[in-house]
Amino acid sequence: MNLAANIHGSLRAERRWALIIAYVSLCAAVVIFLLPPVYMLITSLKTNAEMSNLQGNPWLVRSPTLEHYGTILGNPLFLTFFWNSIKVTVLTVIVTMVISVLAAFALARMRFWGSQALATGVFLTYLVPDTLLFIPLYQIVGGLGLLNSTWGLVLVYPTLTVPFCTWIMIGYFASIPKELDEAALIDGATWSQMLLKIFIPVALPGIIAATIFAFTVSWAAFVYPTAFITTPDQMPLTIGVVSTLVRGDTFAWGQIMAGALLAALPPVVVYAFLMDYYIAGLTAGATKG
Amino acid sequence: MPDSMTAAVSAPRGPESGAGGGLRRLARRRSTIAFLMTLPLICVIVGLVAYPAAYAVYLSTLNRRMDGFAGLLQFEILVDNETFWLVVWQSCLFAISAVLAKALIGFWLAHMLHHIPTKGQRKWRGMLLIPWVIPPALSTLGWWWMYDPTYSSLNWILAIFAVPAVPWLGEPWWARISVIMVNVWYGAPFFMIMYLAALKSVPEQLYEAAAIDGATSWQRLRHITLPMMQNIISITVLFSLIVTFANYDIVRVLTNGGPRDLTHVFATYAFQVGILSGNIPRGAAVSLFMLPALAVFAYFILRGVNRRNREMA
Repeated sequence: MNLAANIHGSLRAERRWALIIAYVSLCAAVVIFLLPPVYMLITSLKTNAEMSNLQGNPWLVRSPTLEHYGTILGNPLFLTFFWNSIKVTVLTVIVTMVISVLAAFALARMRFWGSQALATGVFLTYLVPDTLLFIPLYQIVGGLGLLNSTWGLVLVYPTLTVPFCTWIMIGYFASIPKELDEAALIDGATWSQMLLKIFIPVALPGIIAATIFAFTVSWAAFVYPTAFITTPDQMPLTIGVVSTLVRGDTFAWGQIMAGALLAALPPVVVYAFLMDYYIAGLTAGATKG
Repeated sequence: MPDSMTAAVSAPRGPESGAGGGLRRLARRRSTIAFLMTLPLICVIVGLVAYPAAYAVYLSTLNRRMDGFAGLLQFEILVDNETFWLVVWQSCLFAISAVLAKALIGFWLAHMLHHIPTKGQRKWRGMLLIPWVIPPALSTLGWWWMYDPTYSSLNWILAIFAVPAVPWLGEPWWARISVIMVNVWYGAPFFMIMYLAALKSVPEQLYEAAAIDGATSWQRLRHITLPMMQNIISITVLFSLIVTFANYDIVRVLTNGGPRDLTHVFATYAFQVGILSGNIPRGAAVSLFMLPALAVFAYFILRGVNRRNREMA
């Protein structure tokens, strides 16, 4: 009896300590993980005079100002970057989702010659990094006359998005019970009706997750635009902010940080509102499929 | 993976379509439709991945002016080049140390998250995934400014603890460490999320049984958690090795290969040689040097995924 109480007590103490260690680690991690974005925000709110003053604490803003945001939003080049990013991303997402939903449906439900090999091929292409392909693609895109054009980006971005989206959609479609399609087939549904009326609605969470993935990847793409685009008016945001705002000897840090934060805003907003889908998409690649 | 569609289709349709002929026609139609549905995917894979990969091999066998076959000349030049070996060494150092750090930090944080009450987990997880959500090219700009030599806010924090100023990007070894730090910061949340998902899939009964047997927390980790997560751990590590090994943005923004070409990795060096200096064949050769390592990682990932599928089937 006494012994049991003792064990119980020590277990509770152990558990309390584990909880304290857990919260301390998490707090430390949150501080470190959020340090760079917070510092970007702080910098973007400082006046240039305050930034060139090397005295004092760099982590404090003494006279906050929105002038850098005003300047950057009034810069037509920056708005062009934004528009280019939106255009390329939206087109890429649409193309990606059409290709991967169709293919995933066929691969998950219709067995045909080579379907197993194709599914493996999809996964292997997902593992081919963009940095292995950008030099030959540079030649190919150049041969098509699409260098320095956002259309060249729309052409190559699917290599970043389609394999993974197809892969997770195969997983989602395969998890739909076969009784559903049997019932549909008995009622005389065609394949297209089955896809539109059953598979897409039932696998909607998967479709949202894949769309978010395609969106964030195309928005953040960096290697291809850096390689293919050198004229500022065709640049998407990532390379636009990195290459044209950063130049000369005097860096306009306030503007750079304001621009970088605004450019990072769309994926962060999507994440904030659709976090569960975002995480489902992230983990689906390994836990499903 | 699906394998019983044939049965599902043929059974209900059987009575209507009479005998075998109708079935066969149906099957043929089905594979035609399936082929048409996968055609765009096949175009992407063949036209934008397989063909460029083969084209890269062809490009790497050309001479500098790209008007004649030069055999393995580009590879021979690279093997004799001292900078190239620095790139190989830096890429390996970068990938291995960064992935190791990301995996350990991710594992630790996933455990800590798993420990706290489920109610609060969402909030913490939401904040901890932020580095992964911001496009790395942009967040690296923030790091660059924190590393800035004249106004380093990191040095200011270190000064509080009486640590002397660190020449973050100026001195080769510090520059290497700085690049790795940014990559770890960016990638650790991904590991955390993957491991947390894996931890949640370990059946609770196993821990209860272990607790009854009086297992210590180390024993529970060693004999339950790790074996159950083994597959996910290896898939995530191998996947991250590929991505980190082939990383471009962080080095490009932070050091652009400097100081003195000492922080170049394969991707940035291939970019510099192939696109910026216009030596496409040499650039293609540099990036092809990544291929053997990537192929080995990919082989083991595929094996891990297949094994996992079999376990779950």
